[in-house]
Amino acid sequence: MTLFVKKLLGVGTAVAVLGVLIGLYVATWASSFPKSIAAVSTTTPAGPSTQLTLETVAAIGPKYSPTHPDWVSYLVQSHGKWVHSTIYTVPANSIVHVTLYEFDSQTGLRNPFLAQPEGTIGGTETVDGKVVGSINPEEASHTFAVPELGIFVPLPGISEQEEEKNACEFAPCEPSKAHRTITFSFRTGNKGRYHWQCFVPCAAGFLDGNGGPMQTLGYMDGFLDVV
Amino acid sequence: MAERNHARRFGAIWIVSTLIATPLVVVLLGPILPPGNGSEQASGHVTDNTVLMAMATPVLLLVVIYLIYSIIYFRQPQGAALEGPAVRGNARLQTTWIVITSALVLSLAVYGTVRLEEDGAGAGGGPSPLVVPSGPKLPVQVIAQQWAFTYRYPTYGGIETPHLVLPVNQMVELNITSLDVIHSFWAYQLGVKADANPNVDNIVYVKPTHLQTFEIRCAELCGIWHGAMFDHGHVVSASAFATWIQQEQSTFAAAHKVLPPYSKTYIPEPTRRGG
Amino acid sequence: MSTTTEAQTPETPSRPLWRRLIGFNLLSAVLLGVGGYYLGWFIGHQISGKSFEFQAKTDENDVALLLAYFFGVVGFLIGLGFANYPVSRLLGRPASLREKEDHGIGRYFGLCTDHKVVGIQYLVGIGVFFFVGGLNAMLIRTELLHPTPTAFGPNQYLSLVGMHGTMMMGMMTSGIMGPFANYFVPIMIGARRMAFPRLEALTFWLLMAAGFILVSTIFFGGFPTGWTGYEPLNDQAVMGMDSYICFFALVGLSMALLGLNMIATIVTMRAPGLTFSRLPIFVWSVLATAVLMVLAAPTLIAVLLMASLDRTINTSFFVVGGGGSPYLFENLFWFFGHPEVYVLALPGFGIVLELLPVFTRKPLWGYRLAVSGMLGVTLLSFFVWQHHLFVSGINADLRPFYMLSTEIISIPTGFIFLCVMGTLWKARSTFTVPMLFCMAWVFNFLIGGLSGVFLSDTPSDTDTHGSFFVMAHFHYTIMGGLIFTFFAAIYYWVPKMTGLRFNERLAKAHFWLMFVAFNSTFMPLFVLGMKGMPRRVSQYAPNLQGLNIWVSISAFVLGFSMLIFLYNTVYSLIFVRLRAESNPWRSKSLEWQVPTPVPVHNFEQIPVFDSDPYEYGTPLPVAGAEPAPAGA
Repeated sequence: MTLFVKKLLGVGTAVAVLGVLIGLYVATWASSFPKSIAAVSTTTPAGPSTQLTLETVAAIGPKYSPTHPDWVSYLVQSHGKWVHSTIYTVPANSIVHVTLYEFDSQTGLRNPFLAQPEGTIGGTETVDGKVVGSINPEEASHTFAVPELGIFVPLPGISEQEEEKNACEFAPCEPSKAHRTITFSFRTGNKGRYHWQCFVPCAAGFLDGNGGPMQTLGYMDGFLDVV
Repeated sequence: MAERNHARRFGAIWIVSTLIATPLVVVLLGPILPPGNGSEQASGHVTDNTVLMAMATPVLLLVVIYLIYSIIYFRQPQGAALEGPAVRGNARLQTTWIVITSALVLSLAVYGTVRLEEDGAGAGGGPSPLVVPSGPKLPVQVIAQQWAFTYRYPTYGGIETPHLVLPVNQMVELNITSLDVIHSFWAYQLGVKADANPNVDNIVYVKPTHLQTFEIRCAELCGIWHGAMFDHGHVVSASAFATWIQQEQSTFAAAHKVLPPYSKTYIPEPTRRGG
Repeated sequence: MSTTTEAQTPETPSRPLWRRLIGFNLLSAVLLGVGGYYLGWFIGHQISGKSFEFQAKTDENDVALLLAYFFGVVGFLIGLGFANYPVSRLLGRPASLREKEDHGIGRYFGLCTDHKVVGIQYLVGIGVFFFVGGLNAMLIRTELLHPTPTAFGPNQYLSLVGMHGTMMMGMMTSGIMGPFANYFVPIMIGARRMAFPRLEALTFWLLMAAGFILVSTIFFGGFPTGWTGYEPLNDQAVMGMDSYICFFALVGLSMALLGLNMIATIVTMRAPGLTFSRLPIFVWSVLATAVLMVLAAPTLIAVLLMASLDRTINTSFFVVGGGGSPYLFENLFWFFGHPEVYVLALPGFGIVLELLPVFTRKPLWGYRLAVSGMLGVTLLSFFVWQHHLFVSGINADLRPFYMLSTEIISIPTGFIFLCVMGTLWKARSTFTVPMLFCMAWVFNFLIGGLSGVFLSDTPSDTDTHGSFFVMAHFHYTIMGGLIFTFFAAIYYWVPKMTGLRFNERLAKAHFWLMFVAFNSTFMPLFVLGMKGMPRRVSQYAPNLQGLNIWVSISAFVLGFSMLIFLYNTVYSLIFVRLRAESNPWRSKSLEWQVPTPVPVHNFEQIPVFDSDPYEYGTPLPVAGAEPAPAGA
């Protein structure tokens, strides 16, 4: 092999190795978007209706998240199964009905102002069948809030006694475990990608309760893709 | 060429271009400079930026034109290996330069200080700002949290709302604080920027002068939704403001019952969540 | 401990491969580093797994990660052989001379005390991390093509932004000091070596370990604070933040030691006749930068230690609920941070002023003025840091003072411009590639400096603080200033370091594409900032998308120009290998008078100086003397 060919091979190998490393590097960053899950659209006698079914759990569990099994998280129901995703697709200019099963315990709002639901139809939410115009800020477990659309919905959690007796350990949670059922509806407008987040400092062990799952896409934050 | 010709030529080019460019900058660029005329402070910024641009233009032209001039005229002729004149300095030129740059810079510092102390310039001045405008002020508290701004009006019962509405031609005292990390309240068209620090009351005075919708953005990295932390505020007439705040008081009556009393700062407990 | 023979004479057969692999070299360093990492991880889990319940609950074991990094770095350094000399002296044995090998390519991959080898190690090592940081920048600009998050999740985007800034700031502070000061300062002052050769090698390997640690943040969730690491967000962050803390602490240590070494060398090891007034201006800039490094870097290490204590054992230096204050972090960080940016700028001044006389064939104009400019910048840079905090709610009485001091620091910076312009006056310039980069510096740093005047004026700063205007300002001064002179130094000095020359056409293509793309990328950022786009966002007002697309495309072209440089490097230095003359630029500076390759001990005999290295130009006629012969 001539010197030139040796050099060419050397450089070629180096370029190939670098290319693979760079590709892996970029792929690691880019593969960070969880899947987008579409809300269920049906047609009722009153017109098209969209249903989004969510649940919040105290710990996601090793099945859904091997890296952070003890982080709080949202899950969404898709085709009858619970999926670990926080990116939801809803249609534009329509009404979205949300049913949320709250399996996590109470933490308390950092800013008690958010104890009053805003941006929902009627300005209320329904907790275990009762329509309420605000909740006790100490009882809040999480929030479903889309600040860019002016939607803030506090979600009351299960009490300490309920937690002791019958708490759900890891997702997915069976309906027999202690939970609150919360429903609300909101209207969507123009198309776009809007972020939603929790406003309750529910990240255990982090400063202000706002680290970890509160700052990671796929747990307590996500996107609402209005298409 | 003899030394005088180069100096004269370059000097002439520079002076002529400065005399043309500087007024152009002031007249054409000045009025469209951000942030616009939404408030007294913002108009002050436009003036400041115009002055700074006018002072920067001759300096920019000096160096850039000199660069181009030297590239054209002070080159090595093709294929030659000549040496330039062995001049190591010129005491008079150096002294003149030092004096002129020092004067320019010091005058800018004085100008900046004067403008800052006139009306606070919309810059967050901490809990005891140097300049407090006289006359009635509408206190509004801006509470920054991860990741939204909410606003409290202490003179209207301390109600809290997620919208910022201000009456026109009224001096407003913005008290900016945070509940968790460092944010920054940036009301672009009003020319206001003040960091929101936890346990700190950062005060800014602003007097909006037109009816408008202004953009509010967070200007200090505060976590993943820093870019999404924006809002739109409104400046409305005094009567519209009075109507609006009454509406807010009734809309958010339920929330108002559970709010803590109005205070300059809030430290929600506990510091570290146990779970 | 290795006691094998050190220098190999041509007659001795080279040792078998397996023998060469055992001993204190990079392989042992990596193995011991990994071992140390797991040891630290184990110890950390023993400490905080049991007693600090909150750490166990959240599986965020910062204690374990920090200890793992610490032991990993210690193991890495021991494996390279840095402990050999102290330990052997403690035991009363003669030190191994393995590190004094004077030939062979293996020297470049381990502890070598030859300052020339360290210089080349730095050049390649920093170059690699520069490209990693640059790759991050390309990814950032890809995300910014669209006004809502598209390509990357918001955490990943913030980590990319943080990694780009942190990598560049950490690595490029030693961008010129590392490769070129280490290589050429001893030669320029007539010394055979640096004052502390082992320390010099340590600064390089600390930086390499640090770079690796920063890249490993990907595996721990990244960090959300950007390169400034502000509390309390710092405290809230997941484990990836510890990588940032460890990286910057190691960088600070490396900087402080590098500066120490430079000061000791320049002050004590100058050859006879080299008074301070004859010192090359590049050496002056190195001295000024070294003073900044030594004085500012320890503050960084201290503030990062406090931040790590807040994160691990729940102290409250910066936590409001426990009596601390985020202002403390901001002030301590910027007390380091502002001198840091002058560490980035000063070597650039030195390079431009050093290269201009060579290519204009004139002595440096205003030598004393240039030196006082550099020293003035060094002194004043410690008095301006609060201009980063104008709107943060600091005591309002302080702001006029810092406005004044920040405005004043532009005076010594202006001296440098006057000296550049004076050197260009009536010059006979040849526009070689290094000269082109120096001319580009003049334009770039001018724009950067003028925009700095806007930022130093508090009322104007109210609009532009925390926006893309600031980004444009510091990219013009740091990238337009430091990186352009970094490339100038590479094109200028590589013929001396390697004896080979770059392909001129490719080099010129690199320069022009880089200059045009650089301005096209960063000039619109001034406009974006003034139009209200904050920093570090992946979501922005939709009407700014057009400008952002323009900027992103220009950034991709800028990245492509770097590929041209890489291609030129591989082409010229590996394949074609054209010999360069011994002094292609006809420089009168001492480093060009020694043969290429530079002998191991630099000089046969220590030179004696009788002038500065700027004896260019035809002397002006003295009144009354004979007229010079025609053609002189």
